[in-house]
Amino acid sequence: MSTTAHARSRLILQESGITRAILIAVVFAFLALFLLVPLGTVFLLAFEKGIGAYLSALSDPGTRSAISLTLLAAGIAVPVNLVFGLLAAWLLAKFNFPGRALLVTLLDVPFSVSPVVAGLSFVLLFGRAGLFGPFLQAHDIAVIFAAPGIVLATIFVTVPFVVREVLPLMQAQGNSEEEAAMTLGASGLRTFFRVTLPKIKWGVLYGVVLANARAMGEFGAVSVVSGHIRGVTTTLPLHAEILYNEYNFVGAFAVASLLSMLSIATLVLKKLIEWRAR
Amino acid sequence: MSVRVERVTKRYSAAGTPAVANVSFEAKAGAITSIIGPSGAGKSTILRLVAGLELPDEGRVFIGEQDTSNVTIQSRGVGLVFQNYALFQNMTVRDNIAFGLTVRKRDKAEIDARVEKLLSLVQLAGKGNRFPRELSGGQRQRVAFARALAIDPKVLLLDEPFGALDARVRIELREWLEGVQKEMGVTTLLVTHDQEEALEISEHVVLMFDGRVAQAGSPGDLYDRPLSPEIAAFLGASVLQGSVKNGQAQAGSFSVSATGTAVEGEKVRAVLRSEDLKLTRSATDGEVRAAFVRRLKVVGGRVKVSLDLPHGESVSVDLPRSEVDALALAEGEQVFVDVSSARIFYGEFDI
Amino acid sequence: MPGFRLTLISTLVFVALIVVLPLFGLFLKTTTLTFPQFIAAVTSPRALLSYRLTFLSSFAAASLNAVFGLLVAWVLVRYEFPGRSLVDALVDLPFALPTAIAGLTLTALYTKDGLFGKPLAALGIQVAFTPLGIVVALTFIGLPFVVRAVQPILESIEPEIEEAAMGLGASRFQTFRYIIFPTVLPALLTGFTLAFARAIGEYGSIVFISGNMPMKTEITPLLIVTSLEQYDYAGATALAVVMLTVSFALLLLVNLLQRKLARVTGNAVA
Repeated sequence: MSTTAHARSRLILQESGITRAILIAVVFAFLALFLLVPLGTVFLLAFEKGIGAYLSALSDPGTRSAISLTLLAAGIAVPVNLVFGLLAAWLLAKFNFPGRALLVTLLDVPFSVSPVVAGLSFVLLFGRAGLFGPFLQAHDIAVIFAAPGIVLATIFVTVPFVVREVLPLMQAQGNSEEEAAMTLGASGLRTFFRVTLPKIKWGVLYGVVLANARAMGEFGAVSVVSGHIRGVTTTLPLHAEILYNEYNFVGAFAVASLLSMLSIATLVLKKLIEWRAR
Repeated sequence: MSVRVERVTKRYSAAGTPAVANVSFEAKAGAITSIIGPSGAGKSTILRLVAGLELPDEGRVFIGEQDTSNVTIQSRGVGLVFQNYALFQNMTVRDNIAFGLTVRKRDKAEIDARVEKLLSLVQLAGKGNRFPRELSGGQRQRVAFARALAIDPKVLLLDEPFGALDARVRIELREWLEGVQKEMGVTTLLVTHDQEEALEISEHVVLMFDGRVAQAGSPGDLYDRPLSPEIAAFLGASVLQGSVKNGQAQAGSFSVSATGTAVEGEKVRAVLRSEDLKLTRSATDGEVRAAFVRRLKVVGGRVKVSLDLPHGESVSVDLPRSEVDALALAEGEQVFVDVSSARIFYGEFDI
Repeated sequence: MPGFRLTLISTLVFVALIVVLPLFGLFLKTTTLTFPQFIAAVTSPRALLSYRLTFLSSFAAASLNAVFGLLVAWVLVRYEFPGRSLVDALVDLPFALPTAIAGLTLTALYTKDGLFGKPLAALGIQVAFTPLGIVVALTFIGLPFVVRAVQPILESIEPEIEEAAMGLGASRFQTFRYIIFPTVLPALLTGFTLAFARAIGEYGSIVFISGNMPMKTEITPLLIVTSLEQYDYAGATALAVVMLTVSFALLLLVNLLQRKLARVTGNAVA
């Protein structure tokens, strides 16, 4: 009974009231200056010229096409990574095989590679002077400086999210329930959907939410493969950059405010999922 | 050094019921005093109050003749041992044991010598450079004991120290502790929920219910003269309920003539300890009742016999296996119960 | 368990196409350079200055994150105060907010007429378009890494451990210095390394605030993009290989730290 208590509840393990107040104040000040004020500034600058200017910036055709391209990229990248993330998590959680550790590392690589390097890699594969460049040109297929390149780059940067959340959950929960289901005659697929998935659903959702935030907000990798063709190959973050470089600050921050709302929604969802999963 | 707890009350939240209320007892110098009781009785709180991990809302704690009200935990000189060992994972066994001396800035050579002595005392000589994670549970707890003893504590405070260990190791370590305690003569307060452990190891027992002291005394006192049926039940006796009828104290199948002060219709409870009950296969003289054997539970060399009495009550008897074999007992069979003595309690009891 | 062949084949194909093939293309491109050409590309004065800037600003930001991250984690784990769960949620903002947006808003804040830039300029401190601005942006990006690495370890320290230390005569400070800090150190280093690795490769938040002046505020990822825009594919690739090597070295370091962490906490790692 003595092991369940926490330092938070033990008076003797607390610093004096003054020390505590100072430390909490420093944390509040630090987070306010570094996180909250920058977030607030986005909205402040977006609405600097009033709500009319804000709305007209958002209804600009360039912005609208950026929204659709962003939705397209995330709409493909997230489901692809969901499916392959679950397949990979099952593989890594249930089986041991030579090269398993290498595979785990490879799945994590996109987190440690600079997005710019990732983008460059795709240019070197599919660009005009790239490995598959001549083939693609002969068949009149555009990947780089076109939507497919943006989708590919987005898939690359979001590879680790779902696996990372789901694998530890699957490992922690072991195989016993799956084995029980299968001895009762359930097929592998049925077992996965009826037994495994319900146990890991919050982890899956968590991974999807984070992957989606990254997919919609990715800048570096997408920037390299996009070519910045306004209204054609610009996602929302790229569009914000273009507007900013044109000194259209209200436009840039209006677009930024959309992505900021997305990030706030992500944080709220994340918190809700953590709370539900408990 | 003795420990005296005087009318101590502690509440964890201002409005809530107190975790301990008006508790007083004395732990004699150089002896083992056990604090027992069901979980939530406030045993650990008492220990934490003595250690200085909590401060009492009312009352005082004396260590020796010193009132500890204004003495910090660091300077109380108490040795703490917890159920979960609470070893410093980042330090070797040696550094764990030396910790109390290191923070006191003792001489290095003196620390080394003392640690070596303690390592052999806890039978871990040569394991000083191991890390806690490399030791078994029993070994870890011995390191915790050595660490607590290193500072020459005035009082050793043990919070369920054997609780996380398996049965064999628990008995081994308990016997080891008894030996070391006797040898060093350090005053020891032991919190445990295991009444057998307490009765076996301690000179003095403080039994707590609901934050209050229900009874304090020697193990023999508590066992032979429980102040209430609840205490007897906690210590393993069977309790039968009944009332006074026609001058007889009747509790289920048992009846004895009531004492003079007993009032007709008053509540009666009969406390039957295992050794008060004698089993026979044929009815003989004396207070003999027919009963059915409901269950036989073999625990090593002993057997716990659960009996159903004619009036639907149940009692249990703890017998050596040889005796059960000699009686040829089997579940569902009839036996006769001879009651040699029973304690009868009249009326309601406030514990 | 069934599904070994299915999951193995699909995972291998996916990883091969999405992760391995692009990196392979990168190395293939490098082979079009002779070794002296490669060396020349990665040791040009402009490249060397960009490494220096990237490395130093990342190190500074990760160090700031280590200090404040530990503090934030401490306060979140050990104290009860109104708004605790809000603060806890806010810590993840840099993970959720697109980096380019962070770059935009930080730039707006720290330029000479920005909310923070104005008073700082009065003190003679210029943040936007200087290395200091890069540090600010990288600190923003890296904050969650340290907090999220340290938090669970702090949470897992049993109160009895600290109580035992105090019972043995240790002061609060000594308990922190000898028990708590060594216990969280591997996690702190892990968080530091993750923040550092992320900072090294960061691009989106920097392009806005750094001003991108060659030899002055040009980080390596930016130099890669610049080379690419000038169709110097070989030069860009050579720099990318350098970055990739550093990233893998850091990844290895994190794995080693995680193993050490697993020993301290007694938990197995995936």
